[in-house]
Amino acid sequence: MPINPFVKMTATIIKSLFSPSACKMYPVEKPVFYANTRGHIAIQTDKCTLCTLCAKKCPTYAIMVDRNAKLWKIERTKCIMCLNCVYACPKKCLTNENQYSSPVTVKTQEVFNITPPAPAQVAEPCGQKETTT
Amino acid sequence: MPKRTIIPFGPQHPVLPEPIHLDLAVRDEKVVEVIPSLGFVHRGLELLVTRKDFMDMVLVAERICGICSFIHGLGYCQGVEEIMNLQVSPRAKYLRAFWAELSRVHSHILWLGLAADAFGFESLFMHSWKIREKILDIFEETTGGRVIFGVCKVGGLRKDIENDVLERIRKTMDEIEADYRTIAKVFKEDYSVKHRNCGVGVLTADEAYKLGAVGPTLRASGISQDMRKIGYGAYGDLNFEPVVEKDGDCYARTMVRVREVYQSFDLMRQCIDKMPEGPVDMKVTGFPKGEFFSRLEQPRGEVVYYIKGDGTKFIQRYRVRTPTFANVPPLVKMLGGCDLADVPVIVLTIDPCISCTER
Ligand code: SF4
Ligand code: SF4
Repeated sequence: MPINPFVKMTATIIKSLFSPSACKMYPVEKPVFYANTRGHIAIQTDKCTLCTLCAKKCPTYAIMVDRNAKLWKIERTKCIMCLNCVYACPKKCLTNENQYSSPVTVKTQEVFNITPPAPAQVAEPCGQKETTT
Repeated sequence: MPKRTIIPFGPQHPVLPEPIHLDLAVRDEKVVEVIPSLGFVHRGLELLVTRKDFMDMVLVAERICGICSFIHGLGYCQGVEEIMNLQVSPRAKYLRAFWAELSRVHSHILWLGLAADAFGFESLFMHSWKIREKILDIFEETTGGRVIFGVCKVGGLRKDIENDVLERIRKTMDEIEADYRTIAKVFKEDYSVKHRNCGVGVLTADEAYKLGAVGPTLRASGISQDMRKIGYGAYGDLNFEPVVEKDGDCYARTMVRVREVYQSFDLMRQCIDKMPEGPVDMKVTGFPKGEFFSRLEQPRGEVVYYIKGDGTKFIQRYRVRTPTFANVPPLVKMLGGCDLADVPVIVLTIDPCISCTER
């Protein structure tokens, strides 16, 4: 039986006495996120076609797409960052941002106004074609 | 003869954040009988399979457990891939093995910390968890998540790890292993650790086998059984031997886990060395039709998946037998005749994961 029962741990304890704190002094010291870190979902509103695929694929029903009012809504507190919507979006307009969304005291929906690009672009070349022939 | 008293243990108990309830019948300070009851955190995840697309179900499977999350996802994917006859790319197999071993290291170091906490060695607990933090950082860098990774999918992986990142991880692993050595030495040799664990909660090889113990609980009793040896995924190409201890007490179970961490580091290095090039994902068409029984080794022991598909996009039946469930009968056996004060330590040495067990 060793004389000092803590002898095996002593070296580790002394070492940590002289090493800096292992904890980050959050929020004074900002956390470092990796490029991959799943923080929050961002949308590029000019690319979205309101196809509703993301809402259908979302396991927690965090996304709501209102086609009539042209709104894309997300409830951040419901989102579990599974990235299903990001992989499902055909227009690749949803992205994963590596910063966490800010804490809230009330559950709210974040609402984005969508301006779908589709019809106007198709109409123009057709019209030109008609005038040239 | 002293009077028989029933002492309830749990479902809320300081040693274990998870709800298991044991009725301990004691005479004096000795436990004479144990009646376990489970069912406090049943979430019905298995039934969800009938309502979720089989491709999305892997995200639910991962959420069965917060510690073996990757291996739960892997088990589901491997089952469905077998049913659908999908040949996963070799790189995906190796990366899966890499992440699975990283999970094992993370789980074992987490457990070692909790065990140290259970026998009252707080500074050891903190040092163990300090090491674990670096492993979580590797997870975050490679998968984006610290607990739930969401990288495994039917047909392969959602994310690849670049070769230069793998090399950098190898260097980080060397540092982690050097740190871990100092902690492992304490678990191995410290007087107070031995005093609290040696000869406590003994399970003989015969009892362990008959009662169906799995994983480190079984291997600590001298039976060399490790599901990775059946060679699923990339494990068929990797060299390792199951870690076995003889004594079957709490100290032996701790030692199996202490040594398995080194083994996992070795397996991860083998994965990096042998990592094949190529894609990690493939296109999946059609729906699963048929059934499959898949067996994998989780940090806590053998997990069994039964998956049955009927050719639609919803799986018909999905059943998981988790290692903790298999380890409850051996636990009851270990507790018989022990001191009341040793109950928390013995309960902890099977590495109970109750939310896994009840799903
Ligand atoms: S990340 Fe997952 S949970 Fe969050 S909005 Fe997208 S699909 Fe829904
Ligand atoms: S975000 Fe993408 S998936 Fe969702 S409605 Fe817009 S285009 Fe469709």
